[in-house]
Amino acid sequence: MWGGKRGWMFLSILILSFLLLAGCGSKESAPAGGDQSSGNSAPSSTNESASTEEKVAKIGVISWLTGDGAAYGEAITNGFKMAQEELNEQNQGKLKVELIIEDSAGKRDQALNAAQKLINSDEVVAILGPTLSSEMFVVGPEANAAGVPIMGTSTTAKGITDIGEYVFRNALPESLAIPAAIKKAVDAFGIKKVALMYGADDDFTKSGFETMQATSEKMGLEILTIEKFSTGDADFKAQLTKIQSLNPDAIFVSALYKEGGLILDQARKLGLNVPVVGGNGFNSPQVSKVAGQAAEGILVASPWFPEREVPAVQEFVKKYEGKYGKKPDQFAAQAYDALRIMAEALLQIEDPSDRDALRDALAGVKDFDGVTGKFAFDENRDPVMDPVILTIKDGKFVEFK
Amino acid sequence: MFLQQLVNGLTLGSIYAIVALGYTLVFGVLEIINMAHGAIFMFGAFIGLMMITTFKVPLWIAMIGAIIVTAFLGLLMERIALNPLRRRAGVSHLAPLISTIGVSIILENLAHKLFGAETQPFPVSFAEISYEIGNVKIYLVQITIFFISVALMVGLQIWLGKTKAGKALRATAENMETAGLLGVNTGRMITLTVVIASAMGGIAGVLVGMAFNAVSPQMGLSMGLKGLAIIILGGMGNVNGAMVGGLILGITEVFSVAYGDSGYRDAIAFLIIIVILLVRPQGIFGEKLPGVRR
Repeated sequence: MWGGKRGWMFLSILILSFLLLAGCGSKESAPAGGDQSSGNSAPSSTNESASTEEKVAKIGVISWLTGDGAAYGEAITNGFKMAQEELNEQNQGKLKVELIIEDSAGKRDQALNAAQKLINSDEVVAILGPTLSSEMFVVGPEANAAGVPIMGTSTTAKGITDIGEYVFRNALPESLAIPAAIKKAVDAFGIKKVALMYGADDDFTKSGFETMQATSEKMGLEILTIEKFSTGDADFKAQLTKIQSLNPDAIFVSALYKEGGLILDQARKLGLNVPVVGGNGFNSPQVSKVAGQAAEGILVASPWFPEREVPAVQEFVKKYEGKYGKKPDQFAAQAYDALRIMAEALLQIEDPSDRDALRDALAGVKDFDGVTGKFAFDENRDPVMDPVILTIKDGKFVEFK
Repeated sequence: MFLQQLVNGLTLGSIYAIVALGYTLVFGVLEIINMAHGAIFMFGAFIGLMMITTFKVPLWIAMIGAIIVTAFLGLLMERIALNPLRRRAGVSHLAPLISTIGVSIILENLAHKLFGAETQPFPVSFAEISYEIGNVKIYLVQITIFFISVALMVGLQIWLGKTKAGKALRATAENMETAGLLGVNTGRMITLTVVIASAMGGIAGVLVGMAFNAVSPQMGLSMGLKGLAIIILGGMGNVNGAMVGGLILGITEVFSVAYGDSGYRDAIAFLIIIVILLVRPQGIFGEKLPGVRR
């Protein structure tokens, strides 16, 4: 009988196995490229027969693929995979890039484990990632000590490249981006009194806040209050009501887009309608998706602007959108550029497993033309690039003038 | 500012309370801390959201949809994760706790897979209706949440206190074997409890999704932890305690931001919980444990 014990057991097992299958499917830690699309289904066999000359470079990726910030890791690895596919096509016979993707779950210890695995057992020539600055402060010293070049694509906090000679980044540091945005806002709106708000438990948002504070002080703005919150918070009404009662001319918010979008939504709902300047976390089309109408008019500085009238940018956006069903954000764009910068350096060296040679070649990258604009490393292995100041109008980022 | 902050605090508090009610019901009957409650709550929010955005149904139908799906999830959880453990001898009393953690992990990843990792807004015109009284702004959703949580609390009280089913439930909670001997179908009562608690989680999910205008696979986790703190504060398994505990936590959180430092929001709120528990270890409404419970 169906209602009996056996029936339930059967149904349970059925459902359980379905759940397990669904769960497994969500993991993307398998070596990338292989499962992606048509042409890649049998790369190893064709390569062996096609050319013995082709150099293979193994690059490790540490990314936040499960949990709270999986959306960032997803965008980043999508950027890598797309660059990988294009590069392997472009450089056929010369260089083949292999990606070994590890999940850090946004946690320092897991990021460190992943790095140790990549460095010691996979013997990668370089590492891309991790996603968070806080993870980089743990992984960076490890890679540096092992002499493995490591390049962060989204690690914008202060002091990242001070870790050591082998640590690079192509993420525009906030110390460059935020002052540019604040200056523009002050010029445009005549701001004198500001309220600051930031996520206190994250190195990224904290370092953004410190830059905001320093810039405000330097420009002689009066800081009325500094309000904090934690990652994962959903209710900001208490802080915003307090800010509202102090009547600031503007709010500077250092937050990731998830909290940032909610802050905007709740601020506007409380009737707090002053200009908002955001940190790098606001640089995502997701902001206007989360906040809707409330996102209109915010100011951010960005290395990445998907509407830029440059053929390479437009082609990248179109291809990415076709492949992943959404517009690439800053994280995807910088990841895409990062792997291509890496490949440019790899092409210059003899042995694609020589970590020291790769480091020197990377440090010498100049005049690279990426989708995030002209790019070069300065003497501290930080990027040299010009941010654009963006605002949201009708749900879209446009250049602020 | 004080009044506006009071409104903020009451809203947050009633949100906590509505989540804690589901917890407390399961704990009161089964003495199980249902760690999956937060995940079920999150699922309810997503189901409501999907029904509104994809199927374009009115809000009340979406609510009913969320209730049906979460009730069904509760039923599945009881059959798969709880019932098999209860029927076997020698299973640790912590086993159901662990298996509900398992359920919550599965549900969170399933939501991740089905609905995506991103935070999604909850676009209903209902959430935009607001009133201005003096310089205090109140949204209809906030009022609704407050009254639904009060209504659920009162409804649960009446159901548990006055109806036959409620009596059977309390008997089951008091002593499962005796209740069974007296002709109560304890298995059915337990299933009913878990299903009702889950359905309440579903309602809460939709309401909270609307109030914060955000739904994400992770929203259950922090809510779940707060809910846990609240039922300890209010008295384990006590319905009034869940409500009062929720309001206390919400209001202290908001006021510690308003008149203190926002960085210590949770610290102050939990400090107050500890202080209350030092004075009343059994929780605000909890009864001193009788010597023998079974």
